[in-house]
Amino acid sequence: MNAMSALPALSTLPPTRSADLDLVRIRAEFPILRQKIHGKPLVYLDNAASVQKPRAVIDAIGECYGGYYANIHRGVHLLSERSTVAYEGAREKARAFLNAASVQEIIFTRNTTESINLVASSFGGSVVKAGDQIVITGMEHHSNIVPWQLLCERTGAVLKVAPFTDAGELILEEYERLLDSGRVKLAAFVHLSNALGTINPVKPMIDLAHARGIPVLVDGAQSVPHLAVDVQALDCDFYAFSSHKIYGPSGVGVLYGKQALLEAMPPYQGGGDMIRLVTFEKTEYADLPNKFEAGTPSIAEVIGLGAALDWLTAIGLDAVAAHEHELLEYATARLQEIPGLNIMGTARDKAALAAFTLQGVHPHDIGTILDREGVAIRAGHHCAQPVMQRYGVPATARASFAVYNTRDEVDALVKSLWKVKELFE
Amino acid sequence: MSDLRDLYQEVILDHNKRPRNFRILPQSTHKADGVNPLCGDRISVYLDVEDGVIKDIAFQGAGCAISSASASLMTEALKGKPVAEVEHLFEAFHNVVTTDCECPRGLGKLSVLAGVREYPSRVKCATLAWHAVRAALERHTEPVATE
Repeated sequence: MNAMSALPALSTLPPTRSADLDLVRIRAEFPILRQKIHGKPLVYLDNAASVQKPRAVIDAIGECYGGYYANIHRGVHLLSERSTVAYEGAREKARAFLNAASVQEIIFTRNTTESINLVASSFGGSVVKAGDQIVITGMEHHSNIVPWQLLCERTGAVLKVAPFTDAGELILEEYERLLDSGRVKLAAFVHLSNALGTINPVKPMIDLAHARGIPVLVDGAQSVPHLAVDVQALDCDFYAFSSHKIYGPSGVGVLYGKQALLEAMPPYQGGGDMIRLVTFEKTEYADLPNKFEAGTPSIAEVIGLGAALDWLTAIGLDAVAAHEHELLEYATARLQEIPGLNIMGTARDKAALAAFTLQGVHPHDIGTILDREGVAIRAGHHCAQPVMQRYGVPATARASFAVYNTRDEVDALVKSLWKVKELFE
Repeated sequence: MSDLRDLYQEVILDHNKRPRNFRILPQSTHKADGVNPLCGDRISVYLDVEDGVIKDIAFQGAGCAISSASASLMTEALKGKPVAEVEHLFEAFHNVVTTDCECPRGLGKLSVLAGVREYPSRVKCATLAWHAVRAALERHTEPVATE
């Protein structure tokens, strides 16, 4: 018997084992997954909206509040020092996670949306003038559309949208053509589409913009939990993500920005912590990153994000990506067995989610029926109404995967979709 | 499955598949759009009112089974009714889909939507068409939202 034949084929692996992950152990770290919903085991497939939290993150927040919590950056007492060390420790973890050059390039915000608004307001407000252009793609989340529309309204600039194919792939030539107008001041685009699952070719997109001297913001809300990101290798100018989508608590976001750009930008909000000296005549601003962190931040939550990044790094994003890819392939094949089910978003480079419609059944009805089977999915426009308009549907159902999901859970999803058909036929 | 049948009753599934009065009324006296910003569902209602009576009523739009069936059942319930009764009916219907009240007799077929009360996130689906009718009669020009 040769060595190869001793290995089980992927399809014969026990459903709770993945190639490189011990899913039983991983799932045991998520207390919330143990419960039943309407009497059925919870199958949580709404991870693109927000992901569940491992014990390490829940404990880190509890230890902060229960053991050493105080306000940061100002107290001379021990608790304040300990909180400051933990808070700044999380900044270093975020730096390492993105491979940024310096902790001064890591700004804590409330979420991806606030990170993008910070750039639109501070960078955009000082650089963009009437007649200038901002380029985005047709597959953006509202959070990477509306801040730019507001900027355009304020300045008289124009928003340009690069289209994508029926499969959900960006048309690179069209994107490049938009960059060629000579008036583009920023390109802002999503790394991994929350509505389609498409992974955009961000490196070539960044290079195309830079070749024309155009800075780039990447919306990484969906990508960071699923694939390794190296901001220096990408050479992006800004990268934004949210803690709550990467196993950390809600209420925290990260904005990476190149130091030279951040230094040249005016503050986003004024207040405490972002100043060096205040008189009624004039205020000197603090250095990076504090210049962009006005007021008391979400201290315990930032520390929780640090714990989440440690936890995910220990598992390894490569193993996570391999497991989720296997789940996506299995789910795609199983979903296609269902007559009348149409998967929206079939890009060659795709991650972690399946958005679909089912003939004759509105996604909201699918969502309600699946919930009664214990299966949590998202139904709606996924804060990406232009994507829905592109395909001419009011909404889709979306199953999105995380590291703790199993093939058993894909089976539960498919089984409950057959129940939907049974009820509606 | 049995509790789902309480929500998705045969009458509802039937009205979803074959909505009644699903058309545009070209000579309507009142018209309004309703949108549910939460899900993007959109509905237009048309009324032809003469001497304070709803002579004809129709709707168009795309929505879930609950909102489509509710709109369809509503058009059947309101056709021929005096405008003055609409508000009273809406109030009674709203109670039925949000509280554990006994269904009042006057609601007729509309009471099949009572199962919605067990699904708080779906109440807006059931009331979207009613909000639109109310807006049409108040002559709102902006789309009315459930939020």
